[in-house]
Amino acid sequence: MEETKPQLIKITFDGIEVEVEPGTTIMQAARKIAEADESQGHLVPPAMCYYKPLPTSGGKCRACLVKVAQGSAKDPRPMPKLVPSCITQVQEGMVVENTTNQGVLDTRKSIVEFLLINHPLDCPICDQAGECHLQDFAFEHGSVKTRYEEDRRTFDKIDIGPFVQLHMTRCILCYRCVYTADQITDKRVHGVMNRGDASEISTYIEKAIDNDFSGNVIDVCPVGALTDKTYRFKNRVWFSKPEDAHCDCSKCSGKVTLWYRGDEVIRVTARKNTWGEVNEFICNTCRFERKKTSDWVLEGPTKVKRSSVISANKYRADLIKKPDFALKLAATQFKPIDDTREFVTDGETIRQQSIENNDKANHRSLLAKNN
Amino acid sequence: MQLTNRSKQVSNKEMTLMERAYLPAIATGLAITIKHFFSKKVTIQYPEVKRYLGPVFRGRHILKRDEDGRERCTACGLCAVACPAEAIQIVAAEREKGEEKLYREEKYAAVYEVNMLRCIFCGLCEEACPKQAVYLRHDEFIPVFTERDQVIWGKDLLVEDMTNRYTREAWTKEEAHALDAKRASGEVTNVVPRAIP
Repeated sequence: MEETKPQLIKITFDGIEVEVEPGTTIMQAARKIAEADESQGHLVPPAMCYYKPLPTSGGKCRACLVKVAQGSAKDPRPMPKLVPSCITQVQEGMVVENTTNQGVLDTRKSIVEFLLINHPLDCPICDQAGECHLQDFAFEHGSVKTRYEEDRRTFDKIDIGPFVQLHMTRCILCYRCVYTADQITDKRVHGVMNRGDASEISTYIEKAIDNDFSGNVIDVCPVGALTDKTYRFKNRVWFSKPEDAHCDCSKCSGKVTLWYRGDEVIRVTARKNTWGEVNEFICNTCRFERKKTSDWVLEGPTKVKRSSVISANKYRADLIKKPDFALKLAATQFKPIDDTREFVTDGETIRQQSIENNDKANHRSLLAKNN
Repeated sequence: MQLTNRSKQVSNKEMTLMERAYLPAIATGLAITIKHFFSKKVTIQYPEVKRYLGPVFRGRHILKRDEDGRERCTACGLCAVACPAEAIQIVAAEREKGEEKLYREEKYAAVYEVNMLRCIFCGLCEEACPKQAVYLRHDEFIPVFTERDQVIWGKDLLVEDMTNRYTREAWTKEEAHALDAKRASGEVTNVVPRAIP
């Protein structure tokens, strides 16, 4: 029997024609355009809740709303309302407007405003800052000022185990972590409780997540609601240097990104693709326990987009030239000196020093007067 | 051939008696010179006397505290990433119970060091700071250093002294411009410097 190839469907997205298989969503079609031509990356609708590796996710945050100007070739009427592109399937001859439609852009601005209503503005403290999807989304599509004057919702702090830190105030209820817990782990210990304004991510009966793959909720979370407790306040994302590495792991693929501060691995995450999605989830042993370079086989620096803040203050080793002449001249005219400083990494010592310095600073004028 | 049209015809006339007498011209010149002895000097004796350079002059760094004496800095690292000379080094730590009087936020900079050899006093750290924590003082410079270890300034030198708070007339460029405009229009003559609350 002759195999029948599925008929390809032709749609127009922002004036660009693309052929996709039936059953593809508008979002996937847009991503196909961007993957074929990198300069079209800005056309792809943003996604806060949709996560391709997690089936049935999406359709909740409304960040990806687009205008369908023509439903299909058979029925050319436009769709009456904006549709979420991540769960709407394409039809033959569909015409979609995203960045070309002002209405879509205005709506997106309002969506940012809605998402930020209860989101605390604690980016300076949040460990997710720098790789936060909501930050990117608000930066690209939102307005600079907030109109919201009321108190933001707050929650009682819940401890969900030694590895994952839950900040419920930062949650935007995208349900990604719930899908992860449902689909990656075999028993459900994590979910959303209550309804509407009061709904919150929680582990049932405040039970610590002890599944082997539970750490993946950190990578999946688009905001800083679920963060790595072992990385808490260790460093800002953009000061650490990502390196791809792998190891032989019996439980997972072992392909990870190591985040370095100097020679020290301060964090291990799964690898993210262009859309910030993890295709190969990693186990908790890899994520939380293998924090030595000797545990890993290094593959080289992770490719970081030039536009990303993570690329700030990082230079390619092959482009840096040492000032040969100046160094040679200095070597002939001056004797070598030892200017290494004691580098304190012990947290307790640093804390004590900070308090001492505080006192010193506070009594500086008194000292100056007495001397 | 004429190259420019700025050339002047030189006069070759005979001098008058007044001009030939010579002394009146000398006296006029001397009078001008002597007059300047009594006018106000345009220069100042620099190291002893210093000019006011305006409220937003960029001198040495200060880490502000709020009115309760808590440190504003939350170690977000924006100053360090904005710094074109990479002069700022921060180590963050989590605030513990009982330290609420020392630090305003959950996280604070346990180490905040500025390498004064690298710093170019561009003020980008000041602009990047979301917490109004780091400022460049308008009234103090970095003193001349003689030893290697005086170059890297830690928190003991940077954090504001609550017994002698740092105040200025304007905390941002915009405020300074507004103030200048008001001064020019004669609306205000003197402004009392204030600390940011």
